[in-house]
Parts: sequence; structure tokens; C-alpha cells
Amino acid sequence: MSKISKVLVIGSGPIVIGQAAEFDYAGTQACKALREEGVTSVLVNSNPATIMTDEGIADIVYIEPLTVDVVGRIIERERPDGLLPTLGGQTALNLAVDLANAGVLDKYNVRSLGTPIQTIRNAEDRELFKKLMADIGEPTPESAIATNMKEARRAVEAIGLPVVIRPAYTLGGTGGGHATTMEELEYIVSIGLAVSPVHQVLVEKSVVGWKEIEYEVMRDAADNCITVCNMENIDPMGVHTGDSIVIAPSQTLSDKEHQMLRSASIRIIKALGVEGGCNIQFALAPHPMVAERWPPGGSSEVYEHLQNGCPPYYVIEVNPRVSRSSALASKATGYPIARVAAKIAVGRRLDEIENQVTGKTMAAFEPALDYCVVKIPRWPFDKFASGDRTIGTQMKATGEVMAIDRSFEAALQKAVRSLEMGAKSLLWEDPSWRDRFPVEPSDLRLWGIMASLRRGVSPEELSQQTGIDPWFMYKFQNIVEMERRLLSEPLTPQLLWDAKRLGFSDEQIGTLADRLPEQVRALRHNWHILPVYKMVDTCAAEFAAETAYFYSTYERENEAEPLEGNKAVVIGSGPIRIGQGIEFDYCSVHSAWALQEAGFKSIIVNSNPETVSTDFDTSDRLYFEALDEESMRDILENEGIEGNFTPSSIVQFGGQTAINLVEPLARSGMPILGSSAEAIDQAEDRRRFEDLMNRQGIPQPPGGAATSVEGALNVAKLIGYPVLVRPSYVLGGRAMEIVHNASELIHYMTLAIELDTRHPVLIDKYLEGKEVEVDAICDGERVLIPGIMEHIERAGVHSGDSMAVYPGVNLTEQEVEAIVDYTIQIGLTLQVKGLMNIQYVIMASDEGSTVYVLEVNPRASRTVPFLSKVTGVPMVRVATKVMLGQSLKEQGYETGLWKRQKLVAIKAPVFSMSKLSGVDTYLGPEMKSTGEVMGIDYTFGAALAKALLAADLMLPLEGAILLSIADKDKPEAVPIIRYLASLGYKLYATEGTAAMIKAVGIPVTLISKKLSEGHPNILDIIRDGTVDGVVNTLTGERGPLSDGFEIRRAAAEKRIPCFTSLDTTRAAVEALINGDQTFSVQPLREYLMKNPR
Amino acid sequence: MTKKAILVLEDGSVYEGYSFSAPISAYGEVVFNTSMTGYQEMLTDPSYAGQVVVSTYPMIGNYGINSEDFESNRIQVAGFVVREECHIPSHWQSISNLHDYLLSNGIPGIAGVDTRAITRRLRSVGVMMGMITLEESPGEALERLSRLPRYDSMDFVNQVSTETIYRWDAPTGEDALYHIVVVDCGLKLSILRILSRMGCALTVVPCTTSAEDILNLKPDGILLSPGPGDPALPYLEETVRGLLGRKPIMGICLGHQLLGRVFGGKTYKLKFGHRGANHPVRDLDSGRVHITAQNHGYAVDADSLKGGLEVSHINLNDGTVEGLRHRELPLFSIQYHSEASPGPKDTVNSFERFLEMVRG
Repeated sequence: MSKISKVLVIGSGPIVIGQAAEFDYAGTQACKALREEGVTSVLVNSNPATIMTDEGIADIVYIEPLTVDVVGRIIERERPDGLLPTLGGQTALNLAVDLANAGVLDKYNVRSLGTPIQTIRNAEDRELFKKLMADIGEPTPESAIATNMKEARRAVEAIGLPVVIRPAYTLGGTGGGHATTMEELEYIVSIGLAVSPVHQVLVEKSVVGWKEIEYEVMRDAADNCITVCNMENIDPMGVHTGDSIVIAPSQTLSDKEHQMLRSASIRIIKALGVEGGCNIQFALAPHPMVAERWPPGGSSEVYEHLQNGCPPYYVIEVNPRVSRSSALASKATGYPIARVAAKIAVGRRLDEIENQVTGKTMAAFEPALDYCVVKIPRWPFDKFASGDRTIGTQMKATGEVMAIDRSFEAALQKAVRSLEMGAKSLLWEDPSWRDRFPVEPSDLRLWGIMASLRRGVSPEELSQQTGIDPWFMYKFQNIVEMERRLLSEPLTPQLLWDAKRLGFSDEQIGTLADRLPEQVRALRHNWHILPVYKMVDTCAAEFAAETAYFYSTYERENEAEPLEGNKAVVIGSGPIRIGQGIEFDYCSVHSAWALQEAGFKSIIVNSNPETVSTDFDTSDRLYFEALDEESMRDILENEGIEGNFTPSSIVQFGGQTAINLVEPLARSGMPILGSSAEAIDQAEDRRRFEDLMNRQGIPQPPGGAATSVEGALNVAKLIGYPVLVRPSYVLGGRAMEIVHNASELIHYMTLAIELDTRHPVLIDKYLEGKEVEVDAICDGERVLIPGIMEHIERAGVHSGDSMAVYPGVNLTEQEVEAIVDYTIQIGLTLQVKGLMNIQYVIMASDEGSTVYVLEVNPRASRTVPFLSKVTGVPMVRVATKVMLGQSLKEQGYETGLWKRQKLVAIKAPVFSMSKLSGVDTYLGPEMKSTGEVMGIDYTFGAALAKALLAADLMLPLEGAILLSIADKDKPEAVPIIRYLASLGYKLYATEGTAAMIKAVGIPVTLISKKLSEGHPNILDIIRDGTVDGVVNTLTGERGPLSDGFEIRRAAAEKRIPCFTSLDTTRAAVEALINGDQTFSVQPLREYLMKNPR
Repeated sequence: MTKKAILVLEDGSVYEGYSFSAPISAYGEVVFNTSMTGYQEMLTDPSYAGQVVVSTYPMIGNYGINSEDFESNRIQVAGFVVREECHIPSHWQSISNLHDYLLSNGIPGIAGVDTRAITRRLRSVGVMMGMITLEESPGEALERLSRLPRYDSMDFVNQVSTETIYRWDAPTGEDALYHIVVVDCGLKLSILRILSRMGCALTVVPCTTSAEDILNLKPDGILLSPGPGDPALPYLEETVRGLLGRKPIMGICLGHQLLGRVFGGKTYKLKFGHRGANHPVRDLDSGRVHITAQNHGYAVDADSLKGGLEVSHINLNDGTVEGLRHRELPLFSIQYHSEASPGPKDTVNSFERFLEMVRG
């Protein structure tokens, strides 16, 4: 093998369900590892909110769309020796195969490093994979392909019921199902054959209810193999591992079973020839108690195998790459899988790579854990109340949390706390459950099980109902028993100690033992019941380790002595969820680095295993802990010295999670760096903020608050419809709606009052103007505004779901001046020290435009990474140093707007709607997107084309489109429709829209909206691929029964662009008009340094 | 409900927990094992005779006790130290739980202790004598400990070895390919299971059997088994010396150390031993690294080897000797446990290597 000196690393693109921040972690580690090996790294990713796309991580960074064409151009220009496709999730893996298929890799003589392209094909293609497994004697579930009912019946005769039916070439498991009887088989197969474009279904033996066990395996080119760890899914087969509660290491496997699967894993990675990391999933026969009922309808005949000493297993799936599970395994063990995989890819052997954690041993070893790790997924159903909460083979979680402790009960309860679901400890029960508790797979199952146990349902019965191994049920039962003790026994030191050892929070103990959380805390202090911190060291303390990666536990010996010297704590942002994504991890990491630059020791606290911030070498010390009051205060006390010094906390970078900790920290006298608690409260408290704006003479949309329907109607009458309504007690645009008339308002208010009578509903005039957003850094004397971003969608669409353009290309000088002036005034008046984000709306009129301030967030916003990258201002670094006392002036910055770059950058949102059935996709004041991409170029048109391309919103150059446009939008839609027609687009439209199009003289095909009245209807032409995109604007009527909802869902499931805002539609059509889509492909640095070529 | 118990180490450190299984005191050399599974195999491994074993993995007993995974006919450890003992196990094979199993053997356990703190202590100070006790004060326990015999001074091999010769046949219906005599210094049954599955007829002899008596059994090969304690055992060294060059020999663990010693090699005590299922070993010939199961407190000093014996394997973590072979004679040895149980089966081909040698 010739020496590799330059490697192309493909990132995973935007955050979507199934591909979250874990690949930023993987890519960042890989680039750092390549640098250590003296290899030049070229990185391409479309997601600007990533550490990996920072200067200083990779050598050459491209923020460009991840398409064969674009990456081909990068390869042509950079001429890398190798391509590393295994660190960017499925996106990178698929792109690598496409590049190989297109001949690009051969043409430029680029080798696929780590994993040969043929290995990817062998692992990804069902048939090739089964054949390979059969060749090496590894069992896969029996299956057969059927193209008609007769073949399906014959297959079942051979395989036996129950079976899973998977139609060929349909997305997301549509049309498949689980058949336990011949009747079900006939029904599901008939549907499956119909929906499959090739009329083919796979009939596979069902292992639903079996244990799901995963192994993380590493192999080098010399054929050395190790397993990093195994993981047991608490939810058995049938629930996607990304949606399962997972524990590492396995708990219910004997050594013989563990070694059986471990040996199989090693045989598989060898057969595949993976050089690097690989994730292997097994189904293992369940406990006999479970096997009686699982798979549903199945018999326990499998237990004949048990006479042979080991239960039967099947290989379910192999990921020949770094995965979400491997990120979890890395954090669970301290073994840096991505780093080691990158080094193996450029030719290192496992026994040549140092184990950074111990500093003494090598990567050729297997981590020994002396704790257990529990991962719980974070689902978006708090945002999507109408979404289908059941979980199954399609992953729905947006993120996850991990907790470490020395008992399962404690790790589980700490993980529940880390979810940040308000007061939703395991004690939580939904009052509407009455006596039906949800124990079928859903996001509520854990709580349903606890509620059932509390009412005396036996653990064994619950195991049979759920398929969850009895071991876990007995542990849940332990928690319930402790609840009983806390309810009935006097709170003694022993009882408190025992409860803490099972992971009960002060708040839970307080609830059960009738005390305030603060009183429980005081008791703990009196009785010296305090957490200690133990190290994650990969070796169960066998060797003295050098890393500082800690978790709390209630034991005797504390290993985390307070760090010496100047130090500060960066509070992280917890699990990735809608509204609080990877952007905040980006900020936390940069803040930790800035602290180090300024000579401070940085301490990070976070609960999310998928992140760079929880990499053990990002900060000087990592506490892997829940981000709540109790754990933060414990950590700060632990870092304190002799009780008279507490290190300061940085709360501006962890999103709303960290901001929510300001009040409790301030209350307990713990110092905060940067903007004071008082300043933060003034910005967050609506009334105080309004008063302040009035005093400053800064316009705000008129509004008021109401606690009754009558009150609300009065306010609305005064300010005029449409109005924006939202409850005052939730933050971040939750449950916010635009209301157009009195009847909608009555409907909204009735519901809101039903939910909460104490807090008023805020009613503001909805200004349908141009929305503009700025991020600024203030040091109390100066305010630096790195850039202004203009939204493509007008106000009313959540800023996180809007396309944002830098610089504000359509703003007048007067508007820019007003924005800069207000921003400076607000920063100085609030005495912000650090970052803030302000949203404005501009209403144009004949007399000139008025700029209104919508809201101020006294913290880093989600646009900070984007703006930092396109302006070149390292915003987090500057802000962190401001917090430490270095003024903007000292850092070389002046007040006002930073010089405008000669480039255009557009941030576009990315949604995961195809994965969330039952969720309406229209854009509104509630945020729905999971990720973002960036298009950057020298002109608006080129940047827009790239943003749309990267966000999968680009319409084909020619095709057909379905239009269903609300009456109020029709006049505005006409020019857009003319454009489409002039491009040769074939137009389909619903009744009213078709009439309007015909009236302006454009040919159109009328298509029925009535789903019950014959075919083809609107859904048919979406599903059968007749149209390439949909434009559907809201009529005001929403909800799962409306036609619009059906149209939008069909488009989401078909994965074609669906525009619900005319602004986005206009942009997409303009991008088409720009025609041949010429755009630059060049490193990010060049856009910032050079003028257009 | 629960009885308090303490673990006292001879350096005076005291760890509080509660007693489970037999409510009695026990003493021995305190050692830690980092395997996350395989406690039943560990408990019954004769190489732990005379030792109080600390499991670094905190939750022990999850899958109960089964009738298959015994490595000898009784519990061999002197006492068992865990963070948490699982009272209600869950496993299709389970016939008992940890508590009842220890109790049936009269072996005490202590649970609820900070096992990581103990491990850190042993790692930095080195393994030492210790005692699990219920009623005594730490001072009383230390005083009694000082009067008890030290681990290093004891011959545990003789205590755990079989008293009589017995046969272990190849699977029925098959003719044995080879006859192997296994010298039982503290044998793990898995070794017999593997060799038998490979078609060998086995004769297991007490550790005090002379070389002549062994050779009289007409073996095709001889296996020197693992075992507990200091390998400086003159009677065994004499036996091994008498076997050299007569028949192919494989030594495992203590058997490996004995081979080293008869070739003039020195053995020495490791600070805290190697006990776990994750030890990387490099095969010096191929350069390949394998993950091995290990359980030993002594090692062979590489520099002291003479007489044609050479190092074939080393430990990647600390460079200690993990395998020996002879330039001329048909013999080799491994410090690690190819029979696994508990642990990875990556090196099970060591037994094939032995049979190849037997085949000649």
C-alpha cells in the first residue's frame, strides 16, 4: 500500500432523525487523528453547525452539497489518495457507493479507505449479505422472496409463522407488516405486492420479542480484532435500536452467550473485510418466560436448541461504518472508535495506536467497565402532539441521553432526569391513563410499566406483555419498592442513602417523603450523603488513567478532586431535540476551547453521548451528568474549595437548558459568567422586557395578555387580526399559533385555559412582514454585530424553520441602520455580557419602513455557527473572552456592524417529516425542522441553488407540480405559477386553484381533492410519482382530517419537496429560473478570502 | 435485615458493606478481576484458592447460577466482594442465585462496598492480605490477620489438586485420537471439555504424581494445568524436569511458570496480577495480537531464561512474558487461558497447536 498523504472525509450532512450529532463527533475525531498521522484531510459537509467544518479541525473544509456532482468536483480539484466514507453515517456510505458507480473514484484513482466499496455492498444488499453470512455459517432469519400469493404461502410453509413481510423497493417500511396467522399473511401480502413497484415481497421469519444485542467491533489490516463493548436493548426486537432504551454492557447474558456472540462478531468483521469499526446486531432467543408469548403467535420450539447449551441467535444487521451505536459505545467505554478507525484506515495497526485514556496501554485491548450505562432516546412528541407515538422499526427519536452509574436503577433514573422533560421523573403518570397503562412500544412505555408495577401488576406478567427481560422488570420493581419505603417510612440517613444509591433525585425524594427538594438537600449535607465522582477509564481502575471523564455516584471514594487554578464550567445543551440542536454543542465546545486559550481550565457538563462536547479531550474535565439543578449544584460544590469558592458557570451556550439553570444557580449563590441573572431575566420576562422597550422607544408589535376567552377577544379586537397567540409559560415558540379570526381565537383559548388557568395567554399583533435576525456580542460598553440575516419566509414561520440569507441583501440602508441602532441600544441597556440574539420584523409602508423587535434571547442562538463561518468572526471565542473580562476593544473589535463579506450564504432548514407519521408538515410559528444546511457562493442565485440542493428541496429542471393554494394567497401565487409554466412545468391543481390558473390563461390539469370520489385523486398523483413537488398553502383549517394534511403527509412520505409558504416556493422557482445551476465549489476559506474569480 | 460487614486490608484500609451468603469471616489475598461476565466460572476456578476476589464489575449474579458453567466441583475463592449481588436473577439456565450458591459452599460474601476504591488501592499498593468480617473491629481483624499464614507461604496447589487419578474420555462413539495426561495443579474443567471435544482421551493425575508414573500411563502428550499461588514448588519442578523431552508438553498458567522455572527461569510476583478477560497478547512470530483471559499473580522473568527456552508471546500492556517455547524440544506454554471460561475464545487454537505437536 503506497503512503497516503491526503484523504477526503465525507460528513453526514444535516441533522435528521437517524443521523444526529454523533457523526460530527466521529468526523471531528477522524480529522484530528489524520492530522496526528501527518495526513492532510479534506472535509466536505453541507452542515455548517458542526465542529468538523471548523478551520483547525480538517485541513481543507468544503461546506457544499453532498451530491455526486459536487463531491466529484472536489475530488477533481483536490486529488486525494483516499476517501474515508465510514464516518459520515449512511449519507456518506451511500455517496461513496454512488461515486464508485459513477466511475469518479476510478477516474481519479481514489481508494475507499477502511472499508472497500464491495464490503459496503455486501453489508447493505440484503441478498448479498445473507449469502455471505451463509458462507461463514452465521445464521440469518430464514426468508424467501414472493411475487404472488402462492409463493408467499409456500414460503410460510417452509419458514413457519409468524413472519415479517417487507415489500421490495418501498421506503420506510410502507406496506409491510407482521403476520401471525394465515389470514393476516394474505391481507398483508396482498397490500405489499400492490405497493411494491416490482410486485415483490420478502417473507422473513419473525424474531419480534427476541433480545436485541449489539457488538462494536474493530479490525485492522493485519486482521487483529477486538470488541469495544456490547449493548443490550431493553426493548426487544421490533423496536429500532435508535428508539430503544439501551444498556451497556449486556446484563442478562451469561459469559458463554456473550462469548458466542462476540466470536460471531469477529468472524463477521473478518469475512466482510472491514478495516475500522463495525456495528453488528444480533437477535438472541428470549427468556422462556418471554418466549411463551413472543414472537406473538410464535411457539417456543426454539427452546429445543437450548439443550445444546446455548440459545439460538440470528445476525440481523451489520453497519460497516461508525454509527450512532458506536458513538454511544465510545462514550460508554472511553474507547474512541472513530479516532482508531481513522488511524486504521491510513494503515495503522491496533497495537500501534495509543489508548489516550490510560496513556499507557494500546488500542488493542477491550475496555472493562465498572459501571453501567443507560441510553434513553429523546422523542419529539412534546412538540408534535398529533404525532403517532408508537415506536417500531422506523426510528423517531431526534436525540438521546446517556447516564452512567454503578447500579442500573441509578443510571436509569439519572438518564430520565437528563431527558429534561420538565417534572417527568419516573413518578410521572398521565392522569388520563386511569387504569389503562401504555406498555406497548411508545415513548411512554417506561412510565406505563412503572405505573403498572405501582398497582401491583407482577414483573413476570409485564415481561410477558412487553417482551422485556424479567431482569429489567425486577429492577423497575426495586424502584417502585423504594418509592413505597419513602412514602411510608421515616426518612433516616440509611433510607436516604439507599434511595440515592437507586438514583432518586432530591425532588423525587421530597415528593415521596413530603419535603421540599431544598430540605432534602439540606438533610443530605447534614448527614454527609453527597455524590462522589468516579472516572471512566476504559480499564475498571486496573491502570491509572490520565483523562478526566467523570460521572457521579453514591459511593465512598471521590476521585475528582477540585481542579487547581482558574477554571469555569460550561453548561451543555443536553439531548438533541427540535429547537435545540447541534448548534449549541458547537458553541459549548468553542467556549471550552476559548477558556483554555485564556488560561482557564474548562469543565464541561453534558448528558448527550452524540456530541463533540462530551469527547474526553475537548475540555480539561468532563462531567457526564444530567443538566438539572441538583446535579449542577453538586458538581459546582465538588469543584469548590473549602466552601468559600465556587467556580463560575457559563450559561449562554447550552441553549434554553443552560438558561433555565440561571435562576436556581443564582438563588443558591453560585456565580455566573457574562450577562447577569438579572439581565437574563429582564430579557426573558415578557412584561419587564416590554416596559424596557417602551422606555427606550423601540417599537414592538402591539399586544396584551388574557386569562379568559372574553379578555382575549377584547385584546384581539383592539389590535386587530391576525394575532399571534402563545401561552406565557412555555418558551421557544411552543404551542404558538397564528389566529386569523374570532372563532379560531375562541377555539385556541378554550383549549389553553383547559390546560392551565393560572398563566395568561399572550396575544400579539401578527405582523406579516420581513423577518430579520441578528446575533451580537456585547461587553457592556460596545456591541459588535457580526452580521444581519434576512429570512426568506415572512414572519410567522419560526426562525429555525426559515431560510436565512447573509448578508441582508434586500434591506435598505435605513432598515440596516435601525437594526444596528436598536441592537446596540438593547445590548447596552440590558447590560449583556456575551452573546444575544434579536429577532426583528420590518413592515414596509409608503412612509418608509418600521422595524419592530420581536424577541431578545440573552444567549447564543442557533445561527451562531452559521454566522461565525460566513463572517469569519469567531463569535463564541470573542463572547467567552468578553465574559472573562477582555473587552471587545482589547480583542480588536469596535461597536457596530462587522464588515460585510463579498459572499452570500443561505441557511436552509431540513425536516425529518417522512419519519414522523401523523405530524403536519406546514411551516408555522412552531419549529419543526431537525437540522440545517448552508449554501454559500458569490451570488444569491448560486447560494440559493446550493442551499436547496443540500436541503433536498430543489425541483427538477423539468417536471410536474401539484398546486393547492388558499384563496388568500392566490393573487400572490400567480407570478410564481407563470414562471413554472414558462419553464415547461406540467401543472396539476385542485378545484379552486385550477380555476384561477385557467382564468389567467395557463393550461392546467384539474385533479380531485375528494379522496372518496374516484381516481386519480391528489394523493394518487403524489404517490405514483406523477408530480415532482407540491405547493400547498394553509387555509386555516388544520388537523389530521383536512385534505391539506393528507396532501402534505403524502408528499413527506414520498419525499418530494412540499412548499407550504409562497416565499419558499418563490425562492425554489427562482433557483430553477437561474437555469443551469452554475455555482462554485471551493473551500470555505476561499469564499472569505478572495473576491469572485 | 442486612448484617453489616467490613473488608479490612492489611494496610489498614477498611471498606464497609453488608454480609451476604454465609455470615462468617474469611481471609486471603485480596485480588480484583475485571471481567464483566463469568462470575460462576471465576468462583469455581481453583487458581483463586486462598484469595478473596473483588469483582470490579458492580452488578454480579444477574444471570444466576447454572449447572453447566462450573470449572471445578466447588467454590474455590475464600470470599467474594461485590458492589451489588443480584438476588433475583433472570436466565433460562439459572438454577440458583449467587447468595444461595455461596451459602451452600459456606463461602462468605460482602456486598455494597466501593469495589472501585478497593481496586484503586490494590493497584497502587499491590495485592495484600485482607479479611471479610462481621463482628470484629478493624483493629481486631488486623490483629488476627497478622497471626494467620500468608498467601505466599501456602501450597494451595496440593490442596486443590485431585486426590485420585481419573479418566475423562473422548465423546462416546469416537475413538480417541490421543491420550493426554493432565497434571492437575488446579485444573479448570473447560480444558478437559475442549481436549475431549477435540477427540482426546484424558487421564487426570494428582500434582504429586511422579514423572515416571505419568510416563507409565503412556501418554501421547502431557498438559501441565493452571493452578493457584507461587510456582516455586520443588516437587512439581522435579516432576516436570523428568518429563522434558520425553513427550510433548503444554503448560498453561502455573504450568507455564513451572516450565520456565525448570529451564532456570526466575518467577516473580506481579504487583497486582493479571485477572480479567481483556488482556492483549502479542504473538512475536506473527505480530498478531489476541485478546485473552488471564488469572495469574506471578510471571516468568524473560531475562532469566536458559536452555533453549524462548519467549513466544508478550503482554501488550506491560511487556511481561505470556508464552514460551523451546528451540528443540516439543514443548510450549502460555501464561493466558486459551480455554477461556470466562473470557474470549480467540486463542482456542493453542490446543490445536498442542495436538499438532503431539501428532509429531
